[in-house]
Amino acid sequence: MTARRRPADRLVRSYVVTDGRAHPTRNTLDLVTLLVVTDDLPLTGLNPEKRRLMELCRPGALSVAEVAGHLSLPVSVAKVLIADLMDSGHLITRAPIPAARPTDARILQEVLDGLRARL
Amino acid sequence: MGSAPASEPATGEVHLRPGVQTAVKLLVVGHFAVGKTTFVGALSEIRPLRTEEVMTEAGAIVDDLAGMTDKTTTTVALDFGRLTLNDRLVLYLFGTPGQQRFAPLWHDMTRGALGALVLADTRRLGHSFEVMGVLEELGLPYAVALNQFDDAPAHELDEVRDALDLLPETPLVRCDARDRVSSTRALISLVEYLLTRIGHLEHT
Repeated sequence: MTARRRPADRLVRSYVVTDGRAHPTRNTLDLVTLLVVTDDLPLTGLNPEKRRLMELCRPGALSVAEVAGHLSLPVSVAKVLIADLMDSGHLITRAPIPAARPTDARILQEVLDGLRARL
Repeated sequence: MGSAPASEPATGEVHLRPGVQTAVKLLVVGHFAVGKTTFVGALSEIRPLRTEEVMTEAGAIVDDLAGMTDKTTTTVALDFGRLTLNDRLVLYLFGTPGQQRFAPLWHDMTRGALGALVLADTRRLGHSFEVMGVLEELGLPYAVALNQFDDAPAHELDEVRDALDLLPETPLVRCDARDRVSSTRALISLVEYLLTRIGHLEHT
């Protein structure tokens, strides 16, 4: 929540993890895009960060933000890795509500019902 | 801070249920120390996570990756939590700093967001204007929740509404960010408002 100067708190600099790339190969990834591991593609050839990402996601779906949080990676770095793993067929995604219609009444009603059920 | 070690994913709580197909997000915004992290923590079914974005003061989010020097980059931390609402729908809450200078980060977070809950502190109401201004610029609907601090002076909601110059339709509620039920009620006020807005949009 606080802004701070970037400390040298990572052993490996971000641009090493991403092979120097600043942008993912696709820009459709949202913070809440859900990631699902596809069946049993070998992890050979993946760098250590991508292996960690695959191991993290293997037991069940997680959002882009959760993957970044669990792996202690900035979101922008996680997105580069995720996009690569989508390109190689290791991950598929469930898109969030399209930005064009975040005001879908049916979804809002479901959210409302779900929240009320928690009281 | 954002340098916490990667959490070891335990069994059970970490991953989404198999049937979950759709994710939606709401933002919890407000000035420094207003209780955003507490609020997200009270509601989340998972241990709240923190991630970060790196950006220059000017705003380009990914400059860190291009090897920029530390002098021009700022790290903005995002705290977030998760609530599975039914067998196929999950809600993510992002607690985010509301400063204008982080506006480029906001575009990524607000894209597709249903709305925002502004947490406010009656001892520092003036600090909330900047946050509300950014939301209005982005066109993101919001409700305001007064986080009840024990030593805060008690104001009538009408007085606070005037002080914050809220539109008549903008919900204004009290909440205790430490309390799950109270925080849930604040979110319900927001979502009820979002639904009534849609009703109006559909009838015009």
